[in-house]
Amino acid sequence: MCMNNQNNTPLLDGLYEYQKKRIVGFDVPGHKQKKINKSLIDVFSYQTLALDFNASKALDNLANPSGIIAQAQQLAAELFRAKHAFFIVNGTSLAVMVMIMSVAKKGEKIILPRNVHKSVINALVLSGINPIYVNPQVDKQLGIGLAMDVMDIENTIKQHPDAKAIFVNNPTYYGVCADLTSIVSLAKDSNMHVIVDEAHGTHFYFSDELPISAMDAGATMSSVSMHKTGGSLTQSSMILINEDIDKDHVLSIINLLQTTSPSYLLMASLDIARRELALFGKEQVSKILQISEYARKEINNMDGYYAFSKEKANQPGFYDFDRTKLSVHTYNAGLSGLQVYEKLRDEYDIQVEFGDLSNILAIVSFGDRYLDIERLLAALSDIKRNVDNSDKEMIFSEYLHPICVLSPTDAYNATKESISKKQSIGKICGESIMAYPPGIPIVSYGELITKKVIDVIDYIQANHGFLMGAKDSSLSYIQVVKEQENGIMV
Amino acid sequence: MELWYSEKHTENVKFSIKVDKHLVSTQSEFQKIDIFESKEFGRFLTLDGLMMVTQKDEFIYHDMIVHVPMATNPEIKQVLVIGAGDGGTIRELLKYDTIEHIDLVEIDKMVVDVCKEFLPQTASQLDHRKVTSHFEDGLKFIRTIENKYDLIIVDSTDPFGPGEGLFSKEFYRHCYRALTHSGILINQHESPYYESYAKAMQRAHQRIKETFDVAKVYQAHIPTYPSGHWLFGFASKGMIGHDITQIEKWNELNIKTNYYNTALHVGCFALPNYVLDLLEKSYDQ
Repeated sequence: MCMNNQNNTPLLDGLYEYQKKRIVGFDVPGHKQKKINKSLIDVFSYQTLALDFNASKALDNLANPSGIIAQAQQLAAELFRAKHAFFIVNGTSLAVMVMIMSVAKKGEKIILPRNVHKSVINALVLSGINPIYVNPQVDKQLGIGLAMDVMDIENTIKQHPDAKAIFVNNPTYYGVCADLTSIVSLAKDSNMHVIVDEAHGTHFYFSDELPISAMDAGATMSSVSMHKTGGSLTQSSMILINEDIDKDHVLSIINLLQTTSPSYLLMASLDIARRELALFGKEQVSKILQISEYARKEINNMDGYYAFSKEKANQPGFYDFDRTKLSVHTYNAGLSGLQVYEKLRDEYDIQVEFGDLSNILAIVSFGDRYLDIERLLAALSDIKRNVDNSDKEMIFSEYLHPICVLSPTDAYNATKESISKKQSIGKICGESIMAYPPGIPIVSYGELITKKVIDVIDYIQANHGFLMGAKDSSLSYIQVVKEQENGIMV
Repeated sequence: MELWYSEKHTENVKFSIKVDKHLVSTQSEFQKIDIFESKEFGRFLTLDGLMMVTQKDEFIYHDMIVHVPMATNPEIKQVLVIGAGDGGTIRELLKYDTIEHIDLVEIDKMVVDVCKEFLPQTASQLDHRKVTSHFEDGLKFIRTIENKYDLIIVDSTDPFGPGEGLFSKEFYRHCYRALTHSGILINQHESPYYESYAKAMQRAHQRIKETFDVAKVYQAHIPTYPSGHWLFGFASKGMIGHDITQIEKWNELNIKTNYYNTALHVGCFALPNYVLDLLEKSYDQ
C-alpha cells in the first residue's frame, strides 16, 4: 500500500476542477449551482451547492466507474485492505441488501443470526432467499443477544450443507464480536461465503487493540458504515470485497438497488473521510478508546451501573469486544434502559443511541471530547442518586427465540388481516415490528406471535419506547397472515 | 498603525478596545488564551476571543460574586470556586478570616499560569495556604461530593465552550448535594439584554429553580461585558433565604470594597420589568 496516495482526494479534486471550468449546465440538478435559491444557500452555504453535480464524463458515473470515482474507490480499497471497494449512497441498509443478494438467489439459503437489522429481513423479503437462523447466544446477566457461536454454526452447516453463505453481524450494536476467523475457516471448508455487516466496525481497520476486521479475517464481503464511526456524511457507506467474489456481479446487484442520481456530496464525503482516516485514523481511534475506557471506569464506580467490557468476552457467542462502545447495564440500578434513555434526553439534553429493557448504549466517536463525556457521567450519576423505582414493575430483557412458520417472502406476499393485539397471539405475523433503534425486529414476517412478544411490545409502549414497522402505528392492531386463505394450518 | 481588539456582542454589534500591545496569544487544550495591554482598560484577558477580565472593571464582578453571599451568611467556612482561573474571586474571598478553606476547580491550568504571570492584580493570591487548586472539569469534581460546602461560586465562561457543563441540570443537582443545609450557590448568570445571552440566562434560571428552593437573581453594571448589564444567580436550600436583616453586620468587618456596599446589596435584587418578565417565562416549556 502506498500511503502517499492516501493524501490525495481524486473525487473531491475532480469536483473542484469541474467547478473551475464554469460549465454552463443544461442538465440536472435544477438549482444549477447558481445563487438562485437564497434560503438553500443560507442554510448549506454556497460551496455545498456548487459541488452538487450530476454524473458526467468528467465526473465519472457511480453505476460504472472508470474515472475519479474508480480512483477514489481504489484508494479506499487499499486503506481497508480489500480487493475492491464500492461507494454506496443509499446507506448501509442498501449495502447489506447488496451483500445478501450477491451471494444467493431466490429459494437458496443463507445462515444468519435472528438478531439482525431490518435491512437484512428486507433483503430476504425482496429476494426470496430463505433464512436459516442460528440462535445467537444470550448473556443472561445483561439480557442481551450475543453473536453466533462457532459450534452452533458448525451444526447448522451440517444440517444445511447447501447454504450459500453465512451472514455475520460484527460487531453487534452492543459491541459484541464473533470468532470471525474461525467462522471464515469453517465457511471455506464448506464452500460458503462469509458476508459481514460491519456497520459499526469501520474503526476496526485502524487499531491493533480492537477486534479483527472482516477483510483481515478473510471474509468475502463487508459493509462498513463510513458515516457511523468513519466521519463521512449520513447515508454514505461502502461495500468491501475480497477476491472470492466477482466484482462485476456485485456491481450489477448494486445497480439493481441503488439510486441512479447518486449525490456527489455524499461520495466526496467518503473520499474526504477516507483521507482523514488514513492520516489520523489510528491516532483518533486510540483517543476514542481512552475516552471510553475512562467513562467505563467512572461508571463502574457508581453503584448499580455496569459498563461491561472484555471481561465478558469469555463465553460462547462473545469472542471479543469493541471497547469503543459504551454499553451500560442499568437494571441493577433499579432502572430500565428505556427510562435512562428517556431521562437523559428529556431532563439532561443528552441523546444516547438507544435504551433497551435493561441497557443503554452510548456511541463514542471522533467527535467526542472529555467535556461531553463528563456531562454523560454527571447525568448518569444524578439519575442514580435520584432513583425511586420501588413501586415500578420492570421486565428483564431477554432474547426471544423466533418460531418461524413461513419464509419472510411468503409471509410478506400472503393475504393478511388486521386483528387486535391481544387476539394476535398464536397467529403468524405479517409485518416486522421493532424498536428503533436498534431496529432489530421483536417479531418478523412469518414468525409466530407469542404471549412473550406481546408482553415486550406492551412494556416498550408503556415506557414510551419508539416502535415501528407495523401498519397501525399505535399498535392496537397487528397484521397477521390469513391462515385459511393461504392454506396454512398452525 | 492602530491595533484593536474586537468582540462581537451579537452578529450585528461589535465592541472594540484600542490595544497597545498583544502580550500573550496561546492555545491550551481547551481554548485560546490572549492577554492585551490597553490604555483604557489596562491589561485584559480573553478566552476564545471573549472578554473575561480587565484591570479597570474586574472589581465590580468580583465584589458582587463574593460579597453578596458572604454578607448574607457570615458563617461561611468551606468554599468551592469553579472556574475563576484569573484569581479575582479568590482574592476577595480571602478578605474574610472566617473562611477556613477554599477549593478552586479550574479546568485549564494554562489560564492560571498566564494570569499569575501577567495579571497579578487578580492572581496574586492563588497560592495562599487556604486555597487548594484542582485542575479538572468542575462537573467531574462535584459529582462525588456530599454536604461539604457552605458556598459554591460558579465563576464560569459562557455556556458555549468549555463552560457548557457548568450550566447543565446535572451540574446544579450535584451542587445541591455538595452544599450543606445552609449552603448558597452563586453563579455568573449571563446577561438579559442580547437574545443569545438572554436565552442562556433563562435556561440557567429555569434549571436552578427546578433544583433549589430559593432561586433569586441580582444584577451589576460591568462595562466590558456584552450590553454592560450582567446578572448573578443566588440559590439556596431554603434554610438561608435572602435575609437582608443581617447584612448591616457586614459593615463591622471593615472590608474595603470599591463597588459593593450593603445599600447596594438591597438594591441589586430589584430588577427591571423586562428582566422579571424573562425570568418568569421559562425557556424550556
